[in-house]
Amino acid sequence: MSTESIAWSTPQVAAQRPVVERLHDWVTTVDHKRLGILYILYALVFLVIGGVEATVLRIQLIRPHNDFVSPQVFNRMFTMHGTTMIFFAVMPILFGFANYLIPLMIGARDMAFPRLNAFSFWLTAFGGLLLYFSFVGGDGLYGAGNAPDVGWFAYAPLTSKTFSVGHSTDFWTLSLLVSGFGSIGTAINIITTVLCMRCPGMTLGRMPLLAWLNLTMAGLVVLAISPLTAAQLMLLVDRYLGGHFFDTQAGGSAVMWMHFFWVFGHPEVYVLVIPAFAFASEIIPVFSRKAIFGYPVMVAATICIAFIGMSVWAHHMFTVGMSAAGNTFFVLSTMAIAVPTGIKIFNWLATIWGGQIDFKTPMLFCVAFLFQFLIAGLTGIMLGAAPFNWQLGNSYFVIAHFHYVIVGAILFTLFGAFYYWFPKMSGRMYNEALGKLHFWLFVIGFHLTFDFMHIPGILGMPRRIYTYEPGRGWDTWNLIITIGVFFQAAGLLVFIGNLLWSYRRGKVAGSDPWDAWTLEWSTTSPPPTYNFATIPAIKSRRPLWDLKHPEDPDWQYE
Amino acid sequence: MYSLIVAEAAIFTIFVVAYIFYIGKSATGPQPQDVLSAPIFFTICLLSSSLTIHVALRFLKNGKVNSFALWWLLTIVLGALFLAGTAREWRRLIYQEGLTIQTNLFGTTYYSLVGLHAFHVTVGLLALATVALFTLLRHVRQEHAERVEVLSMYWHFVDAVWVVVFVVVYIVGR
Repeated sequence: MSTESIAWSTPQVAAQRPVVERLHDWVTTVDHKRLGILYILYALVFLVIGGVEATVLRIQLIRPHNDFVSPQVFNRMFTMHGTTMIFFAVMPILFGFANYLIPLMIGARDMAFPRLNAFSFWLTAFGGLLLYFSFVGGDGLYGAGNAPDVGWFAYAPLTSKTFSVGHSTDFWTLSLLVSGFGSIGTAINIITTVLCMRCPGMTLGRMPLLAWLNLTMAGLVVLAISPLTAAQLMLLVDRYLGGHFFDTQAGGSAVMWMHFFWVFGHPEVYVLVIPAFAFASEIIPVFSRKAIFGYPVMVAATICIAFIGMSVWAHHMFTVGMSAAGNTFFVLSTMAIAVPTGIKIFNWLATIWGGQIDFKTPMLFCVAFLFQFLIAGLTGIMLGAAPFNWQLGNSYFVIAHFHYVIVGAILFTLFGAFYYWFPKMSGRMYNEALGKLHFWLFVIGFHLTFDFMHIPGILGMPRRIYTYEPGRGWDTWNLIITIGVFFQAAGLLVFIGNLLWSYRRGKVAGSDPWDAWTLEWSTTSPPPTYNFATIPAIKSRRPLWDLKHPEDPDWQYE
Repeated sequence: MYSLIVAEAAIFTIFVVAYIFYIGKSATGPQPQDVLSAPIFFTICLLSSSLTIHVALRFLKNGKVNSFALWWLLTIVLGALFLAGTAREWRRLIYQEGLTIQTNLFGTTYYSLVGLHAFHVTVGLLALATVALFTLLRHVRQEHAERVEVLSMYWHFVDAVWVVVFVVVYIVGR
């Protein structure tokens, strides 16, 4: 086994083996790097599919009374867009990076449970296939319409048998259940790996921030995905066994589903954004040529965010009508979360401040992230105030706000992470000019779409409507929003083209193209199956700095 | 295993919350106070199985495999007794009281919560039986104590959940 694995690390040998055998190796792999790449590639496919769905939505809304798709198809498209992007695009990409990077960064040879890792990946993968199989199998015998159309948070009673005949909702439920088990498996794996597999000398206080933040993320997954699993089980009981959990006619409660969903749903936002913080915390110091500012505070703020993030869920439900005490509590907890988040923004700014900034593509994406995340946070505070929320809840203002978080913050840092670690994963450099083109296309597209999306929201355009009357002052804004989508799509195409081209033709990167400081850059690119020939022993947070600057090592100051 | 237990605890929490929220909200009968009686004997069975698995593990750590096997089998018997108790109670509820998962909210929440727990007991029993089989085939030795301990943690968790379920369903719920 071991000799075979070593032979694998040299590309010439790999190229000579028959395709079937190589494919077999990928399917049966338990190597954290390969599973990481599988996660990422799989999620990229879903990112493109989700992007196409978003484009369909926007083309439909480009002008009033458009009939590009029917209302039924529109409902399916926004449901599938939301579900796909959250569960099968962004989460798997983040898990993929976590899988790939954590063992390398903490000086381990693999995750704690390699086979659980493979199992989790395949659960997630088949969960995604199950969701998309609904296009084929969702009809059942009823001719009731394929693909789920109940919205990504699937409020009761839309999901009851009465309003959702056929199997489309069941596909939705089962796919989230299955991929949820996969997520819990991965989270358990990450927690165990970070706590038990660190190399000698790597105390918790010397761990790279990426490992710290992913540990927090995994903790949140364990606490947040489980309620979703429970709620999905209840929905299945309702739909298949005739239960009454969310059946208001038998005394059940539709609001109960909302609570259960958002107990998952809000921490989920932090599950997605904390790894994005992690990427920024690794990329910004390297391209500012400075150590991260306020490491312990960063860790404390992250854990604080996770902690408060568990108790803000009902700010998604102000418009439902809760008690005054409930409203007050959730307004205050929502506002409180701005404090640790603000601390993080100031820490990143302080890291950049006075640094020798090198505006390579990863850094560009991270700088854009800082601005956009700040604005996303500010609109978040606006929506967190209950009276303001009563006015703008379920409007396009909300859509603009959370896309500012998910695209403006999470997707931007994800692109940064792609460019930053691409040399490590492939052994080749990406094309810098194409990278910058991607960045500018995406920034322009993003701002065209999501800046202007706030305005029809304030003017009263509700979310999830499939068309609108002319002359309400929404027309021009919707046109601009849709134009922005094409810039983003072009950016995404440049990105994928860049990845494909650079993988074949890119310059050979060498093991440390960024002159970085964390352990993954001390091994070859791409790393051998065993990661490190000898397990490193470290003395500070920047082991490679110590190695490169023996005259002035970090551990003298920490 | 601790992480898994936290995840499982979160799932149970949601079901318990749903149960408590729906107490007394059923539109029609039968109500819990009419049909439920606390299964004291079977509860004692399940809770004492935590004790026996602990004793079994102590023997394994000291290398006394035969005593380990004995106490381990006793644990399985106690767990199986508990399951039989649940089965008998469900049979009575379904055939004599006419309470099914479709009848009313009480039925929905009761069968889901108790059923979820019974499912965990079943999974635990299957795992315990696997270890028992390996023990009888002489594959379990002192050095495996750590792995067996992971399983015993799961079993303790299932027992602890029953304490919560018991309090909620048979004391608060009535």
